[in-house]
Amino acid sequence: MAASIRVRAILNGDTAEVQTLIQHPMDTGLVKDAKGELIPAHYIQQLSFVHKDKTVFLAHWGTAVSKDPYVKFSFKGAAKGDELKVSWVDNKGATDNLTATVQ
Amino acid sequence: MTSSFSRTATRRIFLKGAGLVALIGLGNAVLHAPPALAAANDDKYPEDAFKQKNTSDAIKALYGRDHEASDKIKLDAPEIAENGGVVPISVTTTLPNVTSIAFIVAENPSALAASYKIPEGTVPAVANRLKMAKTSNVIALVEAGGKLYSATKEVKVTVGGCGG
Repeated sequence: MAASIRVRAILNGDTAEVQTLIQHPMDTGLVKDAKGELIPAHYIQQLSFVHKDKTVFLAHWGTAVSKDPYVKFSFKGAAKGDELKVSWVDNKGATDNLTATVQ
Repeated sequence: MTSSFSRTATRRIFLKGAGLVALIGLGNAVLHAPPALAAANDDKYPEDAFKQKNTSDAIKALYGRDHEASDKIKLDAPEIAENGGVVPISVTTTLPNVTSIAFIVAENPSALAASYKIPEGTVPAVANRLKMAKTSNVIALVEAGGKLYSATKEVKVTVGGCGG
């Protein structure tokens, strides 16, 4: 399953610009639901991007990252068709991953 | 009221973005690669830093050193955010040898919002979207060459991002 991750990695010269959107509630643990009960914290803690066995970007997130998080970064040394492995893990131990292709 | 407004707006923005990447996303082969976490074991999740309430404690827990303001960091954030649930914030820097970038929202219940490791070869620039509980200073921290630099900008929030 990798339904939660959307990645676009576009090559410009030898630099790939990577835009990522993840579907995740990113609950802070401070918000109450309709019944007035606190919604427990549920948020992505770590998001990593691996290109040719090298971690090119590693995000550590707290609850202040917006729901359905978006992040953009760029890395050098990429070529068209390269694989970029994306994976996240949240505070409940849930995880998802996806292999994107640089285009 | 506040809550439902902010949720709808968030969803709308997400859908817009999702539409942009959906086509490409569909083209991706779904491989069951092992999670890449093994490669990142030496970069453990800084649980303690994310628990700190105020800015100085969070910076201390994350970096353990003082920061100085730098004009080589460009922090891009709106003057006024209508929806504190989704505030687009980005940073770029011309500082050499950047190893990490972090974002702090001073007035949030927990100050540290996000921390990014920038390995060699990765461009020292990050864009993301953060929640802001109320009007606050946003601080971008850049660790470069073993030193810690910062840039600060105030963002006015009209509707808070903590569900009201």
